[in-house]
Amino acid sequence: MATITTTFQLKMGMATREAYGQALAELGAKNPNVVALDADLAKSTFSAKFQEKFPDRFFTVGIAEANMVGIAGGLAMTGKIPFASSFAVFLMDKGYDQLRVAVAYTGANAKFVGSHSGISIGEDGPSQQSVEDLALACGLAGFVVLCPSDEFCARALVHRMAEHVGPVFMRTGRAKAPIIYNENDDFQIGQAKIHGKGSDVAIIATGFEVGYALQAQAQLEQEGIHARVLDMHTIKPIDEEAIEIAATECGAIVCAEEHLLDGGLGSQVARAVGKTRPVPMEFVGIQNTYAESGTPEQLMDKYGLTAPYIVQAVRKVFRRKPAVR
Amino acid sequence: MTTTTVSPSISIEQMKEIARNMRIDIIKMIGAAGSGHPGGSLSEVELMVALYFKVMRHDPKRPKWDGRDRFILSKGHGCATLYSVLAETGYIDHALLPTFRKLGSPLQGHPDKRFLPILEASTGSLGQGLSIGIGIALAGKLNKADFHTFVMTGDGEIQEGQNWEAAMFAPYHKLNNLTLIIDNNKQQLDDFTAKILDINPLGDKFRAFNWNVIEIDGHDYNQIIPALEQARNNSTDHPTCIVANTIKGKGVSFMERQVKWHGVAPKPDEVAAAVKELEAAKI
Repeated sequence: MATITTTFQLKMGMATREAYGQALAELGAKNPNVVALDADLAKSTFSAKFQEKFPDRFFTVGIAEANMVGIAGGLAMTGKIPFASSFAVFLMDKGYDQLRVAVAYTGANAKFVGSHSGISIGEDGPSQQSVEDLALACGLAGFVVLCPSDEFCARALVHRMAEHVGPVFMRTGRAKAPIIYNENDDFQIGQAKIHGKGSDVAIIATGFEVGYALQAQAQLEQEGIHARVLDMHTIKPIDEEAIEIAATECGAIVCAEEHLLDGGLGSQVARAVGKTRPVPMEFVGIQNTYAESGTPEQLMDKYGLTAPYIVQAVRKVFRRKPAVR
Repeated sequence: MTTTTVSPSISIEQMKEIARNMRIDIIKMIGAAGSGHPGGSLSEVELMVALYFKVMRHDPKRPKWDGRDRFILSKGHGCATLYSVLAETGYIDHALLPTFRKLGSPLQGHPDKRFLPILEASTGSLGQGLSIGIGIALAGKLNKADFHTFVMTGDGEIQEGQNWEAAMFAPYHKLNNLTLIIDNNKQQLDDFTAKILDINPLGDKFRAFNWNVIEIDGHDYNQIIPALEQARNNSTDHPTCIVANTIKGKGVSFMERQVKWHGVAPKPDEVAAAVKELEAAKI
């Protein structure tokens, strides 16, 4: 097991999926056009919190994700703001053609939330673990793609989703997430949250990895490497401006995501870096494989996603930095 | 309550004349495009004429009127007919029809709302229209609106699993403001539907799923209009499924029941022969 020596700890909060349910219920009270759909996982995605308050505006479609996405498209075309949720893997993988044709290609104002993303869902194993949802969502033209790191970020982004006119996908997690923010923090689509002013290396992380990145940042500080952390809660449209500044000021970047290295955060960041200010990069993520059953902690360690792996990647990219820039 | 039907007192003879003109348009459009789907476009003509001229409440002068009935062509490849009826009813200019399938045209190869915003949905990937129609019908129920939603699929399209997810959902949610019309022309791209994957007994399947089922001759207005009006004025709790038995390639003798005309455009001499036959046909 990889370890680090920092004493830096974040307090645990609620899972981002639970924050989603809370925010959706708030939104339901604010906007009568908000409706919610789920595919027999409402208690797990927490859309049940909306169902309790607004049963007339909640539709469970049964275990039928393709139909759910199509219905969301039709509701959106008739002036509703549908939020459809399921496990990320079922929503994206089983509903993809419908997301493409009935939503993206039509420009429907529909919102999709995939819970139990990544491998931190744990014991259920790889058939339930979504390691490709961000890549799939980024492959839908016109979609906004969100990946909140904690409950405050998730709650705020649910409200931004409703305000944004157009299709949005947000991934949420099953496991409790460390608290990074508070209710006064402001979150806007496409604007990274920046932690620290370190200029040796930038760690660009999303979702669950933001907590690990902050832990890595504390560890690296002890080693004399000053890192800044960018919480890239919006994968698309990616915050190119923040990335360019980070690349220019730090000269090296590590990306960290609980997702396959293909097509997720790292790919988006690398494109922005290549376009603006090319610098050495390293990537923490799932390496071309599916995971297995285990506790979330065991899996995050075995598949190389915890803070020590980010620290290793930072040391590596730091060595690759040109001596004189 | 405002209700608008384009031609409430239209005669069957007038509808037959419109259908003849539309078939000529369809053949010319697909011929000029050099690609398209004549067989399944010709089989659905009478159904669409009856919907757009007689049964649906809509107003070409107000295409986004909230109270309008909605029509979704789930079998998007049959869109030459949809574009033709939209021209006949005045939604779009007839002069647009020759641009079908050409770069930048509002008349895309499959219906695309981005290019033609008066469409209710973008379709083309089979099996999706019924779910979209359910979403629209649900929104109608939530808004206590009295518009009706019609969805047309092909018969081969019914093989898509999503239809059966949707077929379970609509009766369970008592969507009596929704009607599925199956253009049962009995062929799909590769062969006769019964030879690819037989979907029969089609009506019984929908009855078992708690739909009201009406089986009709999809070229006979004396059967089409009462069926559509019964569906439009549905007094039961169930959605309606109209199984419309049709002939693929209907109206052009060398195309009728010929699998090859699913997705092949007629050449100029074939366009001329088809138009000549349609112009000469008694109505």
